[in-house]
Amino acid sequence: MHEFALADAVVKAAVRAAREAGMARIEAITVRVGELQQIERDLFEFSLTEVIPAAEPALQGVRFVVEEEPVRFRCRVCEREFGTPDLDRVEDADDREAIHFLPELSHAYIRCPGCGSPDFEILAGRGISLARVEGDTDPGPAPG
Amino acid sequence: MDPRAAAIDDRLAGVGRIVAVTGSKGGIGKSVISSSLALAWADEGMAVGLLDLDFTSPSDHVVLGGGGRFPTEEFGVDPVVLAGVRTMSVAYFSGDAAAPMRGGDVTNTLLELLAITRWGDLDALVLDLPPGLGDIALDVVRLVPRTEFLLLGTASRVVIGSVQRAVRLLVELRAPIVGMAENLRRDGGGEVEALAAGSGVPFLGAVPYDPALEDALGDPGRLRETDFFDAVRRIGREVAGRAGTATSPPGR
Ligand SMILES: Nc1ncnc2c1ncn2[C@@H]1O[C@H](COP(=O)(O)OP(=O)(O)O)[C@@H](O)[C@H]1O
Ligand SMILES: [Mg+2]
Ligand SMILES: [Zn+2]
Repeated sequence: MHEFALADAVVKAAVRAAREAGMARIEAITVRVGELQQIERDLFEFSLTEVIPAAEPALQGVRFVVEEEPVRFRCRVCEREFGTPDLDRVEDADDREAIHFLPELSHAYIRCPGCGSPDFEILAGRGISLARVEGDTDPGPAPG
Repeated sequence: MDPRAAAIDDRLAGVGRIVAVTGSKGGIGKSVISSSLALAWADEGMAVGLLDLDFTSPSDHVVLGGGGRFPTEEFGVDPVVLAGVRTMSVAYFSGDAAAPMRGGDVTNTLLELLAITRWGDLDALVLDLPPGLGDIALDVVRLVPRTEFLLLGTASRVVIGSVQRAVRLLVELRAPIVGMAENLRRDGGGEVEALAAGSGVPFLGAVPYDPALEDALGDPGRLRETDFFDAVRRIGREVAGRAGTATSPPGR
């Protein structure tokens, strides 16, 4: 479990992005969460509101939208595409936990259902990304 | 946008120096020297971290006698303390399972490890690089540009050539080089020292071939008693004494 850490990173990245875009206030942050990361969604959403720094005026009243992205793998050997059912087959709790922290370790625990190869591509649904930051763009005080 | 970049800066904020041990060839002692360097510094009272970046064959935990699974918590992953060194490795997650990875996977795993590991305050973090100046080395230069490189070579002609290329590449990337060291010295030697002089890079010392090393692996107490470790300890002092001096030597 590192939902707090992920939430913290998301909020920091959003503040950075807002600053770069010259945004004075952030209204909504859309986070895309890959299935492979297997986060505990309730805890993650709770963490997002918890980690907002009180001293960050740009974030007061911000709304979070969490979108889930299903995992898609594509085998490099037989080109078969596959997804969730094979992730569910990772039964060992420790192995699932390992993938939660390091999604690329799916290469250690998941095999192509077509040919058994560990050489597959993770097409979608691996990690967490900041999909959108929406807010007011304040022109700031006029120069002079 | 990738939120891990913001996380990485945070995670490394309390870390003093970051020293990456590289040498481009495999089997020249990067892992045993990285691990021993970290151990030697910890013995001298420094707070030291050791990050094993050889994802296909992690071995630092073997050198320092560790294993098992990772301790975790809500704010990230705590390093596993081995003989006073705070270590992190994919081995703590994958055990003995092989995780074949290609370029993009390697970059992601590096980003993820840097983003989740709670090093705390460290005087130094040692990075053990995989063979070759490929994805990992390039990513380290890109993501953690303050990393100082310690180039490792041996007297073998096939190694000298590759260390030479490694220097040229690091210069082009404007990556700081703290110096060059020789491993597996038998008789004579001097090749690596000459290469260092010719490249404008400080020579940090030589580590002898030590037949006692193999039996000491996994046992920090015995490791400390080897001639090998003595030599690494001296190199550690050289590196420690060169804080703030690492620069990219002038290219031609
Ligand atoms: N100075 C030395 N004396 C004796 N054996 C050594 C010495 N340096 C390295 N070795 C041995 O060489 C092998 C390769 O070392 P390792 O650190 O794994 O290399 P690398 O990380 O560069 O691939 C290991 O078995 C190690 O114990
Ligand atoms: Mg190695
Ligand atoms: Zn297949």
